[in-house]
Amino acid sequence: MKPTDTSNPDYFHKVVDCQWACPAHTPVPHYIRLIAQGDYSEAYLVNRASNVFPGVLGRVCDRPCEPACRRTRVEEKPVAICRLKRVAADHRDDIRDRLPKKPDQTNGKKIALIGAGPASFTVANDLAPLGYECTIFEKLDKPGGLMRSNIPAFRLPEDVLMDELGYILDMGVELKLGHPIESMGALLKEGYDAVFVGTGAPKGKDLGLPGREESRDNIHIGINWLEEVAFEHTDKIGENVLIIGVGNTAMDCCRTSLRLGAKDVKVMARKPRAFFKASEWELEDAEEENVEILVNHSPKAFVHENGKLTGMVFELMEYDLDETGRITDQRVVGEKTIPCDDVILAIGQENAFPWIEADAGIEFDKWNVPLVDKVTHESTRKGVFFGGDSAFGPLNIIWAVEHGHQAAISIHNHCRGLPLTDRLPDQINLASAKMGMAEWRYSNAFDASSRRKMEHVELVERFKKIDTEVELGFSPEQIATEVQRCLNCDVHTVFDAPLCEECDACVDVCPVECLTITPNAESEQELRDALTASDPTVDQDLFVSAALPLTGRVMIKDENICLHCGLCAERCPTSAWDMKEGVIKIHHAADQKELTEA
Amino acid sequence: MTSFVKPKIRRHNEPLNELGLARADYEGNMSTLCAGCGHDSVTAAMVRAFYELSIPPHRALKISGIGCSSKTTSYFMNDSHGANTVHGRMPSFATGALSANNDLPTIGISGDGDSLSIGLGQMAHAMRRNVNMLYMLENNGVYGLTKGQFSASADLGSLPKKGDPNEFSPIDPVAFALSVGATFIARSFSGDRQQLVSLIKAGLKHKGFAIIDVISPCVSFNDHKGSTKSYAHTYEFYSKAVHADYIAPSEEIVAAYDEGEVMPVELHDGGYIQLRKVDKDYDPTDRGAAFNRVMASDNANEILTGLLYIDKSQPDLHQTQNMEARPLNEIPYTELNPGADKLQALQAEFR
Repeated sequence: MKPTDTSNPDYFHKVVDCQWACPAHTPVPHYIRLIAQGDYSEAYLVNRASNVFPGVLGRVCDRPCEPACRRTRVEEKPVAICRLKRVAADHRDDIRDRLPKKPDQTNGKKIALIGAGPASFTVANDLAPLGYECTIFEKLDKPGGLMRSNIPAFRLPEDVLMDELGYILDMGVELKLGHPIESMGALLKEGYDAVFVGTGAPKGKDLGLPGREESRDNIHIGINWLEEVAFEHTDKIGENVLIIGVGNTAMDCCRTSLRLGAKDVKVMARKPRAFFKASEWELEDAEEENVEILVNHSPKAFVHENGKLTGMVFELMEYDLDETGRITDQRVVGEKTIPCDDVILAIGQENAFPWIEADAGIEFDKWNVPLVDKVTHESTRKGVFFGGDSAFGPLNIIWAVEHGHQAAISIHNHCRGLPLTDRLPDQINLASAKMGMAEWRYSNAFDASSRRKMEHVELVERFKKIDTEVELGFSPEQIATEVQRCLNCDVHTVFDAPLCEECDACVDVCPVECLTITPNAESEQELRDALTASDPTVDQDLFVSAALPLTGRVMIKDENICLHCGLCAERCPTSAWDMKEGVIKIHHAADQKELTEA
Repeated sequence: MTSFVKPKIRRHNEPLNELGLARADYEGNMSTLCAGCGHDSVTAAMVRAFYELSIPPHRALKISGIGCSSKTTSYFMNDSHGANTVHGRMPSFATGALSANNDLPTIGISGDGDSLSIGLGQMAHAMRRNVNMLYMLENNGVYGLTKGQFSASADLGSLPKKGDPNEFSPIDPVAFALSVGATFIARSFSGDRQQLVSLIKAGLKHKGFAIIDVISPCVSFNDHKGSTKSYAHTYEFYSKAVHADYIAPSEEIVAAYDEGEVMPVELHDGGYIQLRKVDKDYDPTDRGAAFNRVMASDNANEILTGLLYIDKSQPDLHQTQNMEARPLNEIPYTELNPGADKLQALQAEFR
């Protein structure tokens, strides 16, 4: 095997599982170290550079980072990455003077951003400081998009959202509220240099079952209903409520119902728990509020009397699963009517662009999803870009942010007449973390503490007001413990083969036996077979060194199981192993100016 | 030095031995030896050997003398019996302990300073009495704890870190052991984990005195150019004569080698040591031939390794002296102390 090319920035980036999994590639271990040092403001700014809304995401992110966390290889629960992000946001000082400023004069380029959600705000955040005149158009009376209309205030307080949107508006971004765009054709004629569409996936799916029409007053589409509640157009619901669907929107619907006077809320799932779309933690939070989740109930009909909904009929399902947990067969084994006063449908949402004319030059596929380039975010019409849920269908906030960053680069290039594909590649900068004998500038000792539990407001208290935030945030003691659970995966084990004496000290001291010195082989599998210990369940690369100077054997390392404790580097007599902090440079629009200067 | 203790971490797919224990269960305190010391590698090999043999980690005896090597008994199997004894006197201590309990696998750990100068007489007599133990001689050619003076195993002309070359003839532990009657004589290198683990397993299973002379470089005082005990020098002049694999009674001998290359030696427990000869003409059961071969290698500057001599026909000290087979601590008190009358009767025999 040839030696591993560690100069490729992706090699070490992939080792930082959380950062690699994050769509916006937030440098998680770096900000957790800053929190450990008490530098909450800097931790906030490091977060903000990648994900723009740390206060929001620290509460309601989908957390793709946490299932990826390396900690789960040695214990059950990952580091509470998301909640530590909230810690940085909650404890930051006033950081306004450290944010990008509104430029003294603009560059004369006008950008129209449609929809005041996370995607549009990210584009504005990246472009306004560069001199672009950004205008955000929003049909509702308040900004935030789904962060405001679909996420209930007991999970995301309004002031947290407004603070972070305010930072961006302060950069000289114009926000036109109550200003729906009803014609793309008309907008395109207004002379904008570029148009960005960030209108989300605003159409909730309906359920066309018998009785739907007759009982329409008591059947609600989940995302529309949440929006009505958020904008105070709805403030009550019946005592017995059924929620159809078991995704994250369903969890918000059931918990919101409880705060509007529902006494008995049931979430109806068609399949077993393993198939639920909702995040595990959102399910837990709902169940904590005594929401009952019933599995294997497939909706069949709405029951009504005198034009009023009285219940719903479900088919009771039975499934056959194979050993991988996939459904191989299903059958109906019975039927059951469950009485209720209201039904909320939370079975998905889709894109809708009734305001984009067929002749606008923007093509759609058969599911009404626009044809958008995955890298540049440009539609089939030059100068029109899509991001967030409107681009590729419903995803989540952190993806919307990343789309915004990428679209901003494209718009910047578009306005300068550069090819959209001229984008700076990622870079990595490695700097030794060594400070002296067995001293590192990170806390390398393995801390066996388990994940801290987030404290919640007491049940009786939380139902009194609809906007009482349920999660209390971590206490100082919890913060101090949780930060030490992070394994600092961005402090990399870097090997310099010519220095190796083959004394085996690193191999022997490694607590997870991830190092092996062995004769080189033809294939990766042969080398993996030679590993002292390996973890075939997780997909990480195998590190293969250059030939060692004394015997010509190679050092191999299973990146799956390394805990970055630095003991190999501490025991190495020749510093062939060193611990180096890797800073991955992910470029945003502001960095792209180097392209013209070069 | 190390800033923190190696954590014990349970992995998803950690391999376990017959007792259900992981290799980490055989480890001990964090080593305080210099980073890169060959002795730490030898310790890791012992951990692996005890783990692979599924010896309960509290049912062994480990004893040592004084020196860097002798510190290593702290670094593995913390629950087993043992002591750091007097400089060079580990063999008498082992002899005494084994007389009281011949049931425990016994490993003595010493160095070239402890064994070949102050303890040479002790070691010689343990060999000629065929005490049932494995004697690990961690050989680096210098006194590391006192900052690197030459020991009795330093080769003629070997250069120190500072000062004049060594002018005294070295004692070769293998040649010495052949001359005084050890019954299992091997040489290995801390950098050859595979060979070393096999030899340790075979040595622990051998009934009688087994010695492994392990070249174990001193990174701080004897790992420079001109040293004949450095990592670089050992890797360069390293040569293998005979591999030795321990085969447990439950396993089958698989002879996938050419005629004359493989030679099984049956052990008292029904297992085998399977010898795989790199050099077909070499017979490790012929003491004279072994001596000639060791001398020839010495003259050719070759570091000859493997199981160089084995004789399983000799009784061990316990048998020769017709000592009690049961450990003394398992004998009922009334039997152990038959009472004043019996003592009187015994004394009367001598009057």
